[in-house]
Amino acid sequence: MRRLFQFKGGVVLKEHKKDATALPVQPARLPPRLILPLKQHIGNPAEPVVAEGDKVLKGQLIARAGDAICAPLHASSSGTVIAITDQPVPHASGMSAPCIVIDTDGEERWRPREHHVDNFAELSAQELRGIIHDAGIVGLGGAGFPAAVKLDPGGRPVDTLILNGAECEPYITCDEMLLREHALEVLNGLLMMRHALHAKRCVIGIENNKPKAFRALCEAVRHSDADVEVVEVPTIYPAGSEKQLIQVLTGKEVPSGGLPLDIGIVCHNVGTAYAVYRAVELDQPLISRYVTIAGSVAHARNLEVLIGTPLGDLIEECGGNRDTLHRLIVGGPMMGTAMHSDVVPVVKGTNCVLVESTSHDVPLPSRDAYAMPCIRCGNCADACPANLLPQQMYWYARARDFDKIQDYNLFDCIECGCCDYVCPSQIPLVGYYRYAKSEIWNQEAEKRQADLARERHQFRDFRLEREKKERAERHKKKRSAVTQGGSDDKKAAIQAAMERVRAKKSEQDSTPKNTDNLTPAQQKAINDADQRREEKTATSPPDRPQ
Amino acid sequence: MLSALLALGVLGILFGLLLGYAAVRYKVEGDPLVEKIDAILPQTQCGQCGYPGCRPYATAIANDEADINRCPPGGETVIVSLADLLGRDPKPLDEECGEEKPKMVAYIHEEICIGCTLCIQACPVDSILGAAKQMHTIIESECTGCELCVAPCPVDCIDMVPVRQSLDTWKWPAPPPPPYEQAADGSSNPQPAGAH
Ligand code: SF4
Ligand code: SF4
Ligand code: SF4
Ligand code: SF4
Repeated sequence: MRRLFQFKGGVVLKEHKKDATALPVQPARLPPRLILPLKQHIGNPAEPVVAEGDKVLKGQLIARAGDAICAPLHASSSGTVIAITDQPVPHASGMSAPCIVIDTDGEERWRPREHHVDNFAELSAQELRGIIHDAGIVGLGGAGFPAAVKLDPGGRPVDTLILNGAECEPYITCDEMLLREHALEVLNGLLMMRHALHAKRCVIGIENNKPKAFRALCEAVRHSDADVEVVEVPTIYPAGSEKQLIQVLTGKEVPSGGLPLDIGIVCHNVGTAYAVYRAVELDQPLISRYVTIAGSVAHARNLEVLIGTPLGDLIEECGGNRDTLHRLIVGGPMMGTAMHSDVVPVVKGTNCVLVESTSHDVPLPSRDAYAMPCIRCGNCADACPANLLPQQMYWYARARDFDKIQDYNLFDCIECGCCDYVCPSQIPLVGYYRYAKSEIWNQEAEKRQADLARERHQFRDFRLEREKKERAERHKKKRSAVTQGGSDDKKAAIQAAMERVRAKKSEQDSTPKNTDNLTPAQQKAINDADQRREEKTATSPPDRPQ
Repeated sequence: MLSALLALGVLGILFGLLLGYAAVRYKVEGDPLVEKIDAILPQTQCGQCGYPGCRPYATAIANDEADINRCPPGGETVIVSLADLLGRDPKPLDEECGEEKPKMVAYIHEEICIGCTLCIQACPVDSILGAAKQMHTIIESECTGCELCVAPCPVDCIDMVPVRQSLDTWKWPAPPPPPYEQAADGSSNPQPAGAH
């Protein structure tokens, strides 16, 4: 029996997990249209390799990874690419981003199989990572970091590979259902990951409020006789957060600003392990995932959803009403983000769709502004699992003192929302931290731009200086040639040339233009431009900068 | 006792001299103050401060020839940082120099451009591509939005347009000021520590 540890703080939340676990998981209805954002991961967007009008097969590569920190994208079903344009994506901003839009043909025709792996243990770690990368797998827990990168320790030793099945947020049950229904596949995926990492130990962490999932996993481990530990951890939010789970299972703390790998640990989500299994064993890229649909819907449940399915389709399938939508949250009630529209698609990192109707029939914590002044009760600091001082960070964020707030380790904040939850004054604390973080990132980006501009400006000054010197040099050479220079013939020739240059120069000085020896086409272009300009000056207001 | 005091006094004088010497030397060498000020300025190189670029303005501030509130692109943020650095009180932006506005980038209407190269000569950061009689175009990521290229263009084909927003440049907005403050005086300053 493994000795467990505790992390500081955290809160006990009402679970709301019963509803969505009552029904078995089934594939969601095939949507008529799939919207596939080119960037569903941390890193650079993938580059399309199909064009409008192309027919695609299920699982076919439609956008390739341009560099290492990127994930390729595959068609989730067969159909026709009807557009590659900006579409609304599931992001807090409500903005649009480049997407490949596919109209499905209903046939679900797969691309031909590309590889057969009989025994993954015979593959090298590099080959295994290659398959995982090519399958477009990213962390399915939500962060969306390309899995192949996180499976490459770069020569550093990995002591423990932790598989995160804690799933601590209320309402979300997709990992639980996955474990209940596919424990063996998840376990196999874990062993593949272990092979890629050469990890000494494997531990699966799972909250003790999911006994069925726990039993299924134990059964799978016993069945396959794998050297894997399955551990139940106490149900305290946020036990499913990477650093907290590591602390509970190993007693080790990830250093501030560091990675788990710094202490010999790598942590992956159970969904990622399942995707790895499907990629290696079945040659299926990541084109679907388990998603919980909960809240104001008639049948809260988990569905296996094709990546790119619009959220609205899922809400309808689960008996929700799109017309009475009040709030639509992707993710859980604590860390999720509210969407601006229900046409945005499910992406690789979407674990839960939480629906709140205008009749407020589900108890979701509200982030509306009822804030009262801070009474300095200290509840927030007691609840913070990251050992931070939320109240202090709140003051500095409000005062826009972005230097000071970093002294309080703002960037260690995991935005878990515990501080929000316990604050008696209902201050939207996490909102302030998100705001401060993005202001700081922005300032850093501006600083980089300013540095670039300074460099380019200095270079230009240097170039102008050099050109001036060179001109002066040439001038001097010519003059000395004229004064000392050989025969009268040569002198005359030089003089004539100088004359010409001078004439040309004076002409240029008086009318600064660059219009000698024009071809008829060029002349026409200039005439056209002149004409457009006349029209423009006639119509545009006179206050144009001159 | 007395000798100890004396020794301390001598030491004090010695160190004072050393510091004074160091200060003089330091200033002559690299003008670190100018560097520090220049590091705060936004490097737009627009000249709105009345100096031909950010560095000349930084030099003027360091020599006490110019006030700290003359840079419109930098706006309040830069004024506050300069005030911090120089131990002065921040003050509002000098209206004579211009007003703080969102960052723009230049856009050349390529169908109108006649390729005269005048804008290339005006651009302080070489962010316009093109050669004589060729269509010109802006390297958007390097344009500082200084507007210096707008005026010289003989066919008025350069417009300043807002920087394109993307998911990467989007920022979380600040939470709205709490209701109790909106009702009272409308100020959004937090109470100083120790209030209540
Ligand atoms: S949101 Fe950040 S500050 Fe608040 S409790 Fe969580 S980690 Fe701590
Ligand atoms: S919990 Fe809220 S009221 Fe209490 S100290 Fe923290 S921010 Fe202030
Ligand atoms: S106004 Fe500001 S950005 Fe423009 S040149 Fe002066 S210091 Fe630089
Ligand atoms: S392109 Fe125009 S606005 Fe942009 S930096 Fe150059 S001169 Fe300034």
